[in-house]
Amino acid sequence: MKRKKGVSYAKYGYIFVIPFVIAYLLFTLYPTIYTCILGFTNCKGLSLTNWKFLEEDVFQNFKAILENETFKNDIKNTVIIWVLNFIPQISLALLLTAWFTSPRCKIRGAGFFKVMFYMPNIITAATVAYLFNMLFSYPVGPVNDILLKAGILDEAYQFTAYKGWGKGIVAFIQFWQWYGQTAIIFIAAVLGINPEIFEAAEIDGASSAQTFFRITLPNIKTMMLYTLITAMIGGLNMYDIPKMFLNGGPDKATETAAVFIYNQAFSGAYQYNRAAAASMLMFVVIVILSTIVFYLMRDKDAVEQKKLERQLQKQLKKSRA
Amino acid sequence: MKKRANPILMAVIYITCIILTILSIYPFLVMFVNATRNSAQVQSNPISLIPSKYLFYNLKVFEGKSFDPMKGLMNSFVISASSTILTIYFSTLTAFAIVAYNWKLRNAFYTFILAVMMLPAQVTAIGFYQLMYKLGLTNNLLALILPAIAAPATVFFMRQFMIPALPMEIVQSARVDGAGEFRTFNQIVLPIMKPAMATQAIFSFVASWNNLFMPSILLTDTDKYTMPVMVSLLKGDIYKTEFGTVYLGLAITVLPLFIIYFLLSKYIIAGVALGGVKG
Repeated sequence: MKRKKGVSYAKYGYIFVIPFVIAYLLFTLYPTIYTCILGFTNCKGLSLTNWKFLEEDVFQNFKAILENETFKNDIKNTVIIWVLNFIPQISLALLLTAWFTSPRCKIRGAGFFKVMFYMPNIITAATVAYLFNMLFSYPVGPVNDILLKAGILDEAYQFTAYKGWGKGIVAFIQFWQWYGQTAIIFIAAVLGINPEIFEAAEIDGASSAQTFFRITLPNIKTMMLYTLITAMIGGLNMYDIPKMFLNGGPDKATETAAVFIYNQAFSGAYQYNRAAAASMLMFVVIVILSTIVFYLMRDKDAVEQKKLERQLQKQLKKSRA
Repeated sequence: MKKRANPILMAVIYITCIILTILSIYPFLVMFVNATRNSAQVQSNPISLIPSKYLFYNLKVFEGKSFDPMKGLMNSFVISASSTILTIYFSTLTAFAIVAYNWKLRNAFYTFILAVMMLPAQVTAIGFYQLMYKLGLTNNLLALILPAIAAPATVFFMRQFMIPALPMEIVQSARVDGAGEFRTFNQIVLPIMKPAMATQAIFSFVASWNNLFMPSILLTDTDKYTMPVMVSLLKGDIYKTEFGTVYLGLAITVLPLFIIYFLLSKYIIAGVALGGVKG
């Protein structure tokens, strides 16, 4: 949309973004560049200010990280936990979307259910993770107690001692915190689709399943891709739950890449250079992912802008005629 | 005429929704109830939903220990409230600059906002920590508050809200009346943006409250700990036998969030539907 050209006012545009720009340069851009630089130095140990660039092989930190068995293991964990959480998450969210938007099922209390499904998302992940640690406590704990009383288990089971269960529970917590959010976004996206399309489908005699797979899903494709990518970025940074649930255990089975970076830099070894190199590797992946989101958002914006321009031109033509 | 739904399908839908609701509430219910029970009760029947009378006993266990609920609440509140105010005010101001003025770099600036809004702070934490160390701001709450001035995602949402909500005629008539640009922003634009600001404020507050990574690298002094960082203190040996106290500690770290959620859930759900950013 064309705003009135206020040449004399343009300077206020610059003035009003000054606080943002300064804060961004200082607290985000500078640290980003600094992290990148540290990846090429020998900066480690407690003397934070005394470091040099690596002379023999500048990529030494990056090579060391890529060859590090723990890092490889942690990347694998991050991917496994993310997939275990995301597939059920998106499936359940789509199922709920189909139910909550179907004109044939009027669900009473839909608003209440949405409030309930979203609730775990707003509660501190650190607290939730430690709460789940308590819920799965052994030999006496709520989950064991329920399973014993229901007759599913004969004796208490130490879930937190097994690698598979550890990963599974972390993935479950992640799933449990996020499916509600995903469902609400999808439902809103479906409600935003032009209702005439659905009416036309109904007149043509399309079944509910046909309508959902042929009309609903293709129309929320962009939203699904957006969700996928933002979930991937979030998943790559997964820290709170694995850290607070079992501190990456048992035997590093739930240690993620973000926990690795924390451990490299802030516990024990103080290998800031290695941590910085690992951060930069993650940063590159995230930049690639967010570039995709960027094009998604920009396209949507550009389409809207074109629509408005067309409308404006129409009006102009009308007023001329 | 609409066909009616299959009753079996409706039953499946309601049962699923009820199971999911129980799944959402139950863990927190166990947490709140066990916060009022003593260790023996928690041990003998961990899933009872009948509250007991040991709330104050459990609270007393914290006395003189590093997990200090009052300090944690204060620190978390100061950080979350201040960073929310900064984020909301400066994001609205930045959005106003993008929407209301025609400056040369406007499009480039907006493109930049879109490009960086997804970048998480975590991957640059090492550089951020070193910068704060050099500035002597580790263990200073300001290190967690001031970066809130630049919140690209909030600027993006404020711009989206502002374009339809703020007709430029209003700004122009304020100019005719002789109001300065900054005054126009504070006295005319801010009130119009109130609904959007309120929604964003909730999310901003919650995100700041829940933040674990940054506080846990910047704060080493337990007096400065925020609630999520304090959770790790509950793992200490002193609490190995005090299960009720651990549950109470967990409950305290999230109590303000439950209050906010149940007072404002309607607005929160509406805000999520508008497209929240995933954490």
